[in-house]
Amino acid sequence: MRFMMFMIPNISEEDWMPSSEAVAEMTKYNEELTKAGVLLALDGLHPTSKGARVSGSGGRITVTDGPFSEAKEIVGGYWMIDVSSKEEAIEWAKRCPAVEGPANHGYDGIAPVVEIRQVFEMADFAAEIQSAANKP
Amino acid sequence: MSESPESTAKVVEAIWRIESAKVIGALTRHVGDVGLAEDLAHDALVAALEQWSRSGVPVKPGAWLVTVAKRRFIDGLRRTAVFSSKQDAIYRQAESCQQSTATDFEVVEEQIEDDVLRLVFMACHPVISRDARVALTLKLVAGLTVSEIARAFLVGETTVSQRIVRAKRTLAEARVSFELPPPEQLHERLESVLEVIYLVFNEGYAASSGSEWTRPEFCREALRLGRMLAELVPQEPEVHGLVALMEIQASRLRARVSASGDPVLLGDQDRDRWDQILIRRGLAALERSARLCDALGAYGLQAAIAACHARARTLAETDWSRISALYDALAEISPSPVVDLNRAVALSMAFGPEAGLEALEALSSEPALEGYHHLSSVRGDLLERLGRFDEARSEFERAASLANNERERKLLLDRVSALAGPSPMPDPSSTAGANPGIER
Repeated sequence: MRFMMFMIPNISEEDWMPSSEAVAEMTKYNEELTKAGVLLALDGLHPTSKGARVSGSGGRITVTDGPFSEAKEIVGGYWMIDVSSKEEAIEWAKRCPAVEGPANHGYDGIAPVVEIRQVFEMADFAAEIQSAANKP
Repeated sequence: MSESPESTAKVVEAIWRIESAKVIGALTRHVGDVGLAEDLAHDALVAALEQWSRSGVPVKPGAWLVTVAKRRFIDGLRRTAVFSSKQDAIYRQAESCQQSTATDFEVVEEQIEDDVLRLVFMACHPVISRDARVALTLKLVAGLTVSEIARAFLVGETTVSQRIVRAKRTLAEARVSFELPPPEQLHERLESVLEVIYLVFNEGYAASSGSEWTRPEFCREALRLGRMLAELVPQEPEVHGLVALMEIQASRLRARVSASGDPVLLGDQDRDRWDQILIRRGLAALERSARLCDALGAYGLQAAIAACHARARTLAETDWSRISALYDALAEISPSPVVDLNRAVALSMAFGPEAGLEALEALSSEPALEGYHHLSSVRGDLLERLGRFDEARSEFERAASLANNERERKLLLDRVSALAGPSPMPDPSSTAGANPGIER
């Protein structure tokens, strides 16, 4: 089963670019996922100042440019992994240096979070939903 | 932090999936015997179940398991009162490995990777039977339980256990050492490893028996093993070739079963459902393989063929003449009647059904294909495309009687009944490629 692991760094826009030390640690972690054969894809995301939010209400579409200063829990990147259970995904998340590192070393800000979400497979849907996904 | 025993059991199982190869590899190096290493690891897991539910999971669970297992080993040796000189040596070795603390499990990463690779080669050693190699690899390297392996191959747990016990005994009797194969044997030994991984994959991709057409969990296990191996021996082109082949084939898994569980063959698949992540990974692995060699090996060529399909957005866009040429190359380095059969299909798609039938003629007397349902189903398909419906029907009937997978048999019988109607004029757009042979 596939899981997305979302990295929520809980840091401000100014601190968004990681240090070379943090990059080195993260690279090692990514290698570990690769060597275990579980990593399918990963990406890191620019800060919200380079993004925008699009929403619709009453037929009107609103576009708001970043940064979203009021917003918490901004996603900084993701991994997609293919593992045998949710427990295994959790075990991998625990090994992420952002979780293992600062949180275990007297980090006093808001701790980084890795959120784990299971990816839908066709088989997770009822039969009628599955047929709705078929092309006409 | 204490956990319920059930949740600890799940956590231990998950950790074992991640750590089994490293733990058993490290222990085998220390105790010299894979059977003993596995017993020690098992004892450590039992201890983990008990302790972790009380005190929580340690930060380095793999290192914890190795340390506990080593301690058990030394305790066991201490209990035996008299040491022969050989045991004495083992004892000294054990003492020295006790001194090296748990952290060395993390520090000497290269050593660990070597141990994992040694373990892979040992589990796939040619002295043991092919079935046993598969079982041993899934148990020791992939960390599956006996009952999971038994479910995979639709055999009893006792059968799997016995297979594993016998295999370990054979390894011990043949004095197979925990070493990497010498350079002159590397390719032959690697071939056996790749074969085991691809066997596991195929058991998931086209279940050889049973009521399900595919069992994706085995494709996932095989892919995981293949990707792991690709990082352990990154210089070997065929490893990347196999990974590429499996990634691309697996990309079609969700398109090759209908909502009702019936097989959907390549030509009929909704290509929008092909998994682009896996296709991208497969194409990258294929490039990696090609960069490492002058000419692709057998897995690389099969991956290149699969890549032709993956790149074609519609069936009509398929580059069949390139596929025929790749089959020519494959038939040269790895001749087999099955390859010839596939080549015939490619020829029929590139140059018309007559060309395919002509190529099949040469195969009809091939003893290895006697009783092979794909030969009949391919011939049936070509005859149907030529409008020779009566002959086509009897070929599909024959194929259905030979197929072991229930879903596949049903598909073939459906084709028989489609041809049995009063005006058996099939829609050419759907049947022309309805069965581009066994490249499925």
